[in-house]
Amino acid sequence: MRSQLVLLLTLIACGVISTFATGMNPYYYDILVGIGINIILATGLNLVNGYTGQFSLGHAGFMAVGAYGSSWLTLSYGYILGSSSIAITTGYVIALLLGGIGAALAGLIVGIPSLRLRGDYLAIVTLGFNEIIKGIIQNCEALGAQRGLGGMVLHTNFFWTFAFAALTVYVVVSLVNSTYGRGFLAVKDDEIAAEAMGINTTKYKVLAFVLAAFFAGIAGGLYAHFKQFIHPEGFNFIKSVDIVVMVILGGMGSTVGVCLAAVLLTILPEFLRKVSHYEWLPDWFRHVAENRMILYSLLLIILMLTRPQGLFGVRLARKK
Amino acid sequence: MKTLLLSMLATAGLAASLFAADEIVVGEFASLTGGNASFGQSSHKGTQLAVDEINATGGLLGKKIKLITEDDQSTAGQPATIVQKFISQDKVIAVLGEVASSKSLEAAPICQQNKIPMISPASTNPKVTEVGDYIFRVCFIDPFQGTVMAKFAQSKGWKRVAVLTDVKQDYSVGLAKFFVEGFKKNGGEIVKEQSYSTGDKDFKAQLTSMKSLKPEAIFLPGYYGEVSLIAKQAKLLGLKCPLLGGDGWVGDSLLKVAGNSLDGSFFSCHFSAQDKSPVVQSFVEKFKAKNGAVPDDMAALGYDSAMILAEAIKKAGTTDGDKLREAIAATKDHPGITGSITLDEQRNARKPAVILKIADGGFQFEQAVAP
Amino acid sequence: MLEFLQQLINGLAQGSIYALIALGYTMVFGVLRFINFAHGDVYMLGAFAGFYIGPKMLRLFGDQPGYGVLISMLLVTMILCALIGIGIEWLCYRPLRNRPKLTVLITAIGVSLFLENGGQFLFGADPKSFPEILTDRYISLPETWGRISELGIQLSAAISMLVTVILLFGLRHIVLHTKMGMAMRALSFNPVAASLMGINNSVVIAFTFGLGSALAGAAGILTSIQQPSIDPLMGISAGLKAFVAAVLGGIGNLPGAALGGILIGVIETMVVGYISPTYRDAIVFGVLILILLLKPTGLLGASEQEKV
Repeated sequence: MRSQLVLLLTLIACGVISTFATGMNPYYYDILVGIGINIILATGLNLVNGYTGQFSLGHAGFMAVGAYGSSWLTLSYGYILGSSSIAITTGYVIALLLGGIGAALAGLIVGIPSLRLRGDYLAIVTLGFNEIIKGIIQNCEALGAQRGLGGMVLHTNFFWTFAFAALTVYVVVSLVNSTYGRGFLAVKDDEIAAEAMGINTTKYKVLAFVLAAFFAGIAGGLYAHFKQFIHPEGFNFIKSVDIVVMVILGGMGSTVGVCLAAVLLTILPEFLRKVSHYEWLPDWFRHVAENRMILYSLLLIILMLTRPQGLFGVRLARKK
Repeated sequence: MKTLLLSMLATAGLAASLFAADEIVVGEFASLTGGNASFGQSSHKGTQLAVDEINATGGLLGKKIKLITEDDQSTAGQPATIVQKFISQDKVIAVLGEVASSKSLEAAPICQQNKIPMISPASTNPKVTEVGDYIFRVCFIDPFQGTVMAKFAQSKGWKRVAVLTDVKQDYSVGLAKFFVEGFKKNGGEIVKEQSYSTGDKDFKAQLTSMKSLKPEAIFLPGYYGEVSLIAKQAKLLGLKCPLLGGDGWVGDSLLKVAGNSLDGSFFSCHFSAQDKSPVVQSFVEKFKAKNGAVPDDMAALGYDSAMILAEAIKKAGTTDGDKLREAIAATKDHPGITGSITLDEQRNARKPAVILKIADGGFQFEQAVAP
Repeated sequence: MLEFLQQLINGLAQGSIYALIALGYTMVFGVLRFINFAHGDVYMLGAFAGFYIGPKMLRLFGDQPGYGVLISMLLVTMILCALIGIGIEWLCYRPLRNRPKLTVLITAIGVSLFLENGGQFLFGADPKSFPEILTDRYISLPETWGRISELGIQLSAAISMLVTVILLFGLRHIVLHTKMGMAMRALSFNPVAASLMGINNSVVIAFTFGLGSALAGAAGILTSIQQPSIDPLMGISAGLKAFVAAVLGGIGNLPGAALGGILIGVIETMVVGYISPTYRDAIVFGVLILILLLKPTGLLGASEQEKV
């Protein structure tokens, strides 16, 4: 009951802040919405990679399904409920949800191989699915193929982004704290033992995949209706790695940590962008700051070498 | 304490406004790293050269231009954020970029909404300038180039032509579409349409299936990285017909990689570094002195985009978005590196295309085609 | 039919490159049970090593392209790449030896991203033209043979297939008939038992990394003589394809990796030639997923029981 109350209060707060946020500096607003979208993506993925101990490297693929699905819906049927602003907004939210459901279906398809595969293999299969989804979009004329899809109306605002982010966090947290949560953790700690104890590992793994994909789909829809232009290359392997890094940095299996990491890693590139323009810094330093991906990858390596449990995570059990 | 803080803030604010007063801030976004980096780097070098030149001759309206360049890492999602930053943080008066149409399409709606003029150096997709009346470009668009090459192929008497498209590049797909339309309209026959994707290295599969049909020429509207390899492999496979292409062919490594396998081929482009006109020659010299390499089309277009903006600022006498927009829209017969540029009602550049022939390891001027 | 045969030849040439890279994946997986994500980037470094060494090596041979230059370049590059591979292992993977596999996998992704972006930073992002160390030509069958004489192969492709075969046999010799090879096999069978038998696991692992990276370096040179345009991101797709090849053949299995590489090369070429290149990557990954679902151990892999 308490958590529902927190969720409700957060939603109200989002609504209140949103009315003030419209007058905000658009650049900060852009970053803020980016943070919200990344929180949804990372907390969702945390359910798979963190709590259930599976490894998905194809989260951007689900995001693509949601982004393209909802965009196609709003572009083709945006005015089906009428042209009043309430009708259009309702249409937008329905499109978001349907996009999420589409992504969840894709998650179901990807979740099934996860029943037979683990670790590295699973990582590669999810990566493969990501490429396949991208390939399908690139060959689909109705979705703009390799040209990208544009013309979506700007619907996504602070409220919708953070309302969905709060909802995601709520669902993940309450799920993890329920008996389901024990199931996820059991799958992560020792799958074979869990099965022996009568836990239906299949159910937990597929559930984690489907939910994570659903939220990724929602995030994709939010993204598409914020940037108003989407391109298949925007949902590639690198984007998937971005999300994985958030989960790892925050600490797999720590929702708070992952949310903080999402905030940090959304702001960091923009901060480095600023740093690279400080003329009093040595040239090489500015160059490195300009090449954010170098720092990003170094961060990943150093983190793994020194603190593999992430900034806020609990250390993974050592296995033989 | 409070007053001290306030006065500090006030001084800082004053300093900032004074600082801003003698500079015209222009934002440029380009793919300086990532998959499209070679084009982004080139166009950036051209733009930078133009800005340096303007500043060396006293700037504009008595102020220096401050070019703020941001790297979008060839990544979707970045251009929108960058342009938001340009407009709200850096208070730019205009935006230059990008080469890739998909990046320009992301940035254009934001520029349009904020009434900040945006000039794309090389986004050839017709949709880019359709976003709104604040969006311009200094390159010609896909339909023009595709049609020019179709006419050229027919003027050479070729009847049976194959087409090899880079399906990952909208540019390539666009050119191919208009080439095929133009070529078929006048009774030509497209014997085979094949494709590849950016980054591919092996094209023997496509070329093998073309070879058996014995085309008289192959239209190859891709970028130089792949084109040079395609040419090499085509020659090795014994495909002797000439290749035809567009401005994407121009790049430092085209002939280095392709060797003599492109001899006898033709392509349309924006300018020729061999052009004897003083405008072009002085540009080539300056670019060489600064960057140690011959400029390519992207560099020339980057330079032109900055120069057209500069001329418009001079003409408008102000950096106010509305007036500046009008001044850019009124650009007529601008003596650019890539020809005499006039912007039409659709805010696209109308200028001649140059068709070059490749022979003896160099480019030769074949003909100029007026719009 | 003729076209099909020609496509088959093209596919085999492409496949031999994938096979060389796939061997490295498979060997490392054999001894360490993890995917060295950065392997494809070692292949890229091999190509760039050749790019920088090539002109100097050519001068050594009096500016005459030929087999001498090629062989010495292959040797130098293979040694360099072996050192790079050992260095990566020593710096990034060794400290993680007993950590969960996921940690190592993430580190490997980090190393891969670092090499790609560091490469763009260091070498520049634009494609470079690889020096001509071999005068390439097209070999076709004698014209008196009739229509079949239309078949042919690039000299460089033929050479790279030949080199691949030689390297494969060399590798087979090392693994089956040397002490080090025996140690490698022992380690992949049971690391604990191997170290109890007096095998220095660290040395064997370093050797394996060196060997795999040397093969990747050779692949880098062999690709570059066929397709003389190189860039810092060239390792991504080649690495992924080779990985798929390794899994297809049965990861941990040397002949399997070679077979998988060749199959992927042929499948790819056929998809490009007869369907469309946009479907190429999707189909390659589709094959991977199918194999993993139907026969997770790959075509030649032995089934392995999960140890509790």
